[in-house]
Amino acid sequence: MSLTKKEWARLEKKANDLRALTLQTTFWAGSGHIGGSFSSIDILTALYYKYLNFDPKNTDDPDRDRCVVSKGHIGIALASMFSDLGLIEKEELKTFNLTGSKLGMHLDSNKVKGLDASTGSLGHGSAMALGMALAARINKKTYKTYLLLGDGECDEGSVWEAAMATANFKASNLITFVDRNHNMIDGNTEDVMALEPFADKWTAFGFDVKVVNGHRFDELCEAIEYAQSAKTKPVCIICDTVKGAGVSYMAGNYKWHYGAIDEAKFNLANEDLANYLKQRLEVAEKEGK
Amino acid sequence: MAGGLVFTAVESTKLATAEIFGKTLCELGEKDPTIVALTADLAGSTKIGDFQKKFPDRFINVGIAEQNLYGISAGLAKCGLTPFASSFSVFASMRALDQVHTDICYQNLNVKIIGTHGGTSFGQAGSTHHAIEDFAIIRSLVNMTLICPADGIETGLAVKAAAATKGPFYIRINRGFDQTVYSTDDYDFEVGKAVEMCDGTDITIIACGSCVYQAVQAASILKNDYKISAKVLNMHTIKPIDREAVLKAVKETRRIVTVEDHTVIGGLGSAVAEVVVEGGKACAFRKLGLQDHFSAIGLHEDLMAMYEIDSEGIVKNVLEVMKADFEADEDWGDEV
Repeated sequence: MSLTKKEWARLEKKANDLRALTLQTTFWAGSGHIGGSFSSIDILTALYYKYLNFDPKNTDDPDRDRCVVSKGHIGIALASMFSDLGLIEKEELKTFNLTGSKLGMHLDSNKVKGLDASTGSLGHGSAMALGMALAARINKKTYKTYLLLGDGECDEGSVWEAAMATANFKASNLITFVDRNHNMIDGNTEDVMALEPFADKWTAFGFDVKVVNGHRFDELCEAIEYAQSAKTKPVCIICDTVKGAGVSYMAGNYKWHYGAIDEAKFNLANEDLANYLKQRLEVAEKEGK
Repeated sequence: MAGGLVFTAVESTKLATAEIFGKTLCELGEKDPTIVALTADLAGSTKIGDFQKKFPDRFINVGIAEQNLYGISAGLAKCGLTPFASSFSVFASMRALDQVHTDICYQNLNVKIIGTHGGTSFGQAGSTHHAIEDFAIIRSLVNMTLICPADGIETGLAVKAAAATKGPFYIRINRGFDQTVYSTDDYDFEVGKAVEMCDGTDITIIACGSCVYQAVQAASILKNDYKISAKVLNMHTIKPIDREAVLKAVKETRRIVTVEDHTVIGGLGSAVAEVVVEGGKACAFRKLGLQDHFSAIGLHEDLMAMYEIDSEGIVKNVLEVMKADFEADEDWGDEV
């Protein structure tokens, strides 16, 4: 893996900024889908700040890469990130979830520039992303489409309809990520509706499967670069993650799918995030090239 | 919006309505490179095989997977394409409604849904393959335009209009052949505007789809045998409904009968009733269709007779409604 110490550290700092901003937005809103936001933020950081051909100043570019976040309930992380990208005024984040705001739990692609799909009803993103990938073929474009699924939403049959079709159509220009944080609203995925053997299922559906630590940029970047070079077989990157990653009282606890943040929790989470960044920067420094 | 179709009126009598849809789609596909045809293992039944042969790169068969059909259509539309996704009406309206609602209507995408085998037109296949609730369901969706053409000629015009108009459309057509209502496409077809098939002063029959032909026949029987002057409106667009035409009918005839190959709950009759009630003028009113029960198995024409949405059934009901003496009854005390 060729991720340099410098690049790794840049991504770490950006991911930390996004976690902090998402926490801040959640604090302003009083509550939010913070657990699944924190398990996804590293994946989103790698995409939007390193790999996506996406110019926030030219979101109408028909040649730009597409990204469908099927786990639409992390709108609070997406809104924070789009604010960081300059597509949403920071002041607008203070209106999140308020009556009349353009920003709510599940973002509206007709209201947020650059957002590729309105999601929220789980299991819908896969087919929409596949449509975008097939559109590239019809329109003779070389852009790639990235899809981020939650693991819990893989209970939906529509995910597998689309998976079957993605392999059938050899849509290797669609790169699938699953945020495998092992938790859903009612508990651990294996207790509610077992997904394992999860990687085998994707393999059986015709995917080239990579399982990575979804909180290590070296592994994420290597898998993304591998997937980008796929010629016929689509790649599914299963990202092993922790729900609420980086915050002591949230990490791995399914109850933080959606939670309320008071001032004490806000302050503690900020301290935790600072420590989390420190630890991760040490890893980057030690293991980066 | 006359002219330009690839088939003539004479040919249209020899073509199943879905074949006319397929031919029209081919014609549109020649001129418009954004048009994509999609199906869920029903390319043959929905007659888009010609499109597949002519434009294989713009044809997508998703297999038996309606959620995928609409999700992919939404993704294509997001990238500037104009997908025409066809399936049987019963599946088109219900099997993946969440995708139609959220992916297509909420995002207000340029996806055209063609529901074939509408109403009870797939007669012998029974209730699993009859679409008797699709108007009610589709009509309630924001941003959606809902059209049920009267025959093949009108189907061609509706498909062309859908291609020319941005936004989600649902066009419901029948299986097999339809009785021809129009001898030419040289008439004023406009989305959202009812077509007056014949003028009348005693009662207005408002119909859509295959019931338009039956209504026209009924008007003729009523005139010749009963000296009743019936106006017939072809309400091909159920949403947005032509309010002006309905209110004019109330004013001119004070009696309305609606006819549809659909349950009487939530479809054409309900759409007309909403306009009538909001208009605030007294009007004798009756909805013909399936009276809140599932459909039987049988030939389409037999089922239409069974549900009194054929010419004889319409005549029978019109005669009953003509007897309604609503204006003379000013004493409401005995009714409440």
